[in-house]
Amino acid sequence: MSRRRKIANWLLVLGALHGIVLCAGFFAPYNPVEQDRKNPYLPPMRLHFVDSRKHLHLRPFVYSFQLRPGTFDQYVEDTAHPRSLKFLITGDRYRMLGFLPARLHLFGTDSERIYLLGTDAFGRDQLSRILFGGQVSLLAGLLGAGLTLLMGWCIGAVAGHFGGGCDDVLMRVAELFLALPWLYLLFAIRAFLPLTVNPLQAFFLIVAVIAAVGWARPARLVRGIVLSAKERDFVRAARGFGASNLYLLRRHILPETSSVLLTQAAILIPQYVLAEMTLSFLGLGVPEPVPSWGNLLSNLQQYSVLVSYWWMYLSALVMVPFFLGYLGLASALQERPGAYKMERRSLGSLA
Amino acid sequence: MRNYPAIVARCRILFRLFLGFSALFCHPAFAHAQQNNSNEELLTLPGEVGHCGGRLVVSLRGEPKTLNPLIAADARSREVIGVMQADLVHINRATQLIEPALAKSWKISPDGLTYTLVLRKGLKFSDGQPMDADDVLFSFHVYLDENTHAPQRDLLIVGGKPIVVRKVDAQTVVFQMAKPYGAGERLFDGLAILPRHLLEQPFQEGKLAQIGSLSAAANQWAGLGPFRLREYVAGQRLVLERNPYYWKSDSTGNRLPYLDELVFLFVPNADAQVLKFQSGETDLISQLGAENFSVLSRRQDGYTVTDAGPGLEYNFLFFNLNDLGEKAPADMQRKQKWFREVKFRQAVSAAADREAIVRLVYQGRGAAIWGLVTPGNKRWGDTNLPHPARSLDRARALLKEAGFSWTTGPNGESTLQDSGGKPVEFSILTSSSNADRAKMAAILQDDLQQLGMRVQVVPLEFRSLLDRVTQSKEYDACVMGIASYDADPNSDINVWLSSGGTHLWNPSQTHPATPWEAEIDHLIEDQMSARTFDQRKKLYDRAQEILAEYQSLIFLASPDILAGAKNSVGNFHPAVLEPYVLWNVEQLYLKNGRENAAQ
Repeated sequence: MSRRRKIANWLLVLGALHGIVLCAGFFAPYNPVEQDRKNPYLPPMRLHFVDSRKHLHLRPFVYSFQLRPGTFDQYVEDTAHPRSLKFLITGDRYRMLGFLPARLHLFGTDSERIYLLGTDAFGRDQLSRILFGGQVSLLAGLLGAGLTLLMGWCIGAVAGHFGGGCDDVLMRVAELFLALPWLYLLFAIRAFLPLTVNPLQAFFLIVAVIAAVGWARPARLVRGIVLSAKERDFVRAARGFGASNLYLLRRHILPETSSVLLTQAAILIPQYVLAEMTLSFLGLGVPEPVPSWGNLLSNLQQYSVLVSYWWMYLSALVMVPFFLGYLGLASALQERPGAYKMERRSLGSLA
Repeated sequence: MRNYPAIVARCRILFRLFLGFSALFCHPAFAHAQQNNSNEELLTLPGEVGHCGGRLVVSLRGEPKTLNPLIAADARSREVIGVMQADLVHINRATQLIEPALAKSWKISPDGLTYTLVLRKGLKFSDGQPMDADDVLFSFHVYLDENTHAPQRDLLIVGGKPIVVRKVDAQTVVFQMAKPYGAGERLFDGLAILPRHLLEQPFQEGKLAQIGSLSAAANQWAGLGPFRLREYVAGQRLVLERNPYYWKSDSTGNRLPYLDELVFLFVPNADAQVLKFQSGETDLISQLGAENFSVLSRRQDGYTVTDAGPGLEYNFLFFNLNDLGEKAPADMQRKQKWFREVKFRQAVSAAADREAIVRLVYQGRGAAIWGLVTPGNKRWGDTNLPHPARSLDRARALLKEAGFSWTTGPNGESTLQDSGGKPVEFSILTSSSNADRAKMAAILQDDLQQLGMRVQVVPLEFRSLLDRVTQSKEYDACVMGIASYDADPNSDINVWLSSGGTHLWNPSQTHPATPWEAEIDHLIEDQMSARTFDQRKKLYDRAQEILAEYQSLIFLASPDILAGAKNSVGNFHPAVLEPYVLWNVEQLYLKNGRENAAQ
């Protein structure tokens, strides 16, 4: 498969995954913060096509669960009352893409609620929480990585192009940041910030915090490329013709960094999603009840949850395809590095 | 958080004399000989007769800080000190009634001001030195000395004056109070009798606080409790051995305790305690959370877990009603205007889904409460206290009466706003180490959301939470819990009195801020010196009713006391009072004790 094809495939996979999360309101049957207090820790309902009398149904259906008397979290399937799935059903209000008011959901039932991935301690739908939680975690990763790259790109370009004292100062600061244990730095920064913040503020705080600690590595990479690019013949020639610094950077030097930046982005995004999850897992991220993948995972800190409710692990599995997608994309991008392209170009200029 | 008006303390460090004697003393033949010793008056306990010997292992959440009852403030220290010390009169944790301990009998004068206590004969500290009235005098002298800063001191000031202690003879001590004390002999529970022969010199030198650290030499201290110090391994365990001079025996005359050794393992948290218990490393477990209880009860493999019923812990929500003065930020002043509105608090209480808290937080192993006295308290609950069911309609009506109104947002969600048109928005603090209370706060958050209030839950490390609530007073609302150490109302005195340090919504006031707080102060002070139970009960009921009306503490739920023990542990009867499983440690025994001891 050609490189271009591979990249396209991975982008397609990632696009689809992100599309699902972006339209979480449509794919999720319920509001992720709504508590169904009668059904805590309900196990996932299985989709059936064949009922207890061996009749085949074309429309998938589920059996509801009944609490076993005298227990808190032991449920039995009630096979007497199958409830079939309805598609494209009107339900809870939500905002498509964050602004369009909508009520259409991919699936649901008429009467009782269905929980395809079970419920948590408050009877909140895990499927909805995972989907909506992805919005927070992925957006934090994307925004954080974007911010980091922007900072790294600017600082790296300035340091590499202007060199001298400016380069020294910037690179020593970068080294300082590289040497810091980032997790503890995140804690320290988060601890200084106000405690009572609303979820939106908390979200942007996290993004800012994780972006602020990560800019050093991309800055060094960009600086290296800028350093080698500015000594190339075509750059010297342009300089000889009187091109300004800004023109050189914009026209000749920075375009050389694009492939490195893209690869970095593909590596950084999952890393930053993980960083958000770490913060939320430790209770420093977006506050409950707003779901994020880290918040969902933090339920697993309790031993009783760990050994009793296996479906609480699903939030850990859901990030796997996303990470595979990003890492696949990163390796496809890296397959033919920019250096090779430049090599051929300089050979061409020799001939 | 635990409330101990005077933090109950007991403790001691002992030396390792008579190692190996213990099993010998415990032998029935020797026990018989001891009984005939006319110098000794052992207290004979009823109940199942057990085997001697063996070691019992329990876990502690973290290391105790000290073995010195004069400075112990943390629950772990108190738990260890509790098995190393003894008091004059003791509260039986199972019956919640008083019974003789070091004092074999006592008389109270008709005016209720003079208590005459007669000590047991032949009492000895765990280092073999005799104990008599001089030790009692010394102990109370130390507790009352201002330079000692003992937490017990507050308890010994009755009617504004310290108790006067006099010695009549070597066996008789008289306590003189300025005012009658309603709880009577319960006063003496938990006040450890200190060894004068070891502590007098350090006391004169003002060095008492330095004594009793875990790593100090064992002969620095001696106690009258069933166990004494053998070994301390920092970060790992504390090993206690049987006190051969202990002053209790079982019904066949065996000197107690049955066990040779009691080991406390230090583990970091509740989950680690469960894992250690499940793997058989520890023999007992207490203070189990409901979720861990159900994990353990699912496969009871060589052990049994027990639900001892509702305890004395009460969990509640409260708002910041402190007088913050003019300097408080405008935002905070606006919020406090809501919080001070009684109808606002009543509305919050009406909206709180207590049944859901009991079901979701305690898995049904708890009780909804509307007052400070929990169902676990057998004598002091007010039966007339209203138990209104959850009603959002009533809550909305109350808010409307108080001048609040609602606006509807673009998504159809309604937002509560005050008379000035500002949305009602505040945060609730919870302790980040307490998963139960975090869950309670999450349920309340959802309940109040239904009233249109925007609530954020902020988990905080417990120390900084306490600091915010009692010192800096920078908070809106907080979910907390208190476990009374005794069923008597006086154990919660600092919650009731406006001058109390745990009068959480507005602690340590110089004058009661509101008329109803003043009335509660009067009622509580009156019941403290009332003579009969009926009089006290009447006054206390009234105080409970006032608190229920003004809702300065919005009571939520009380968890059951859940504990577990290996099937090989005999006489295991968890109580709802602290220490839940070790209260009868002298009677605990291993059913295969001999084999264990031989290992």
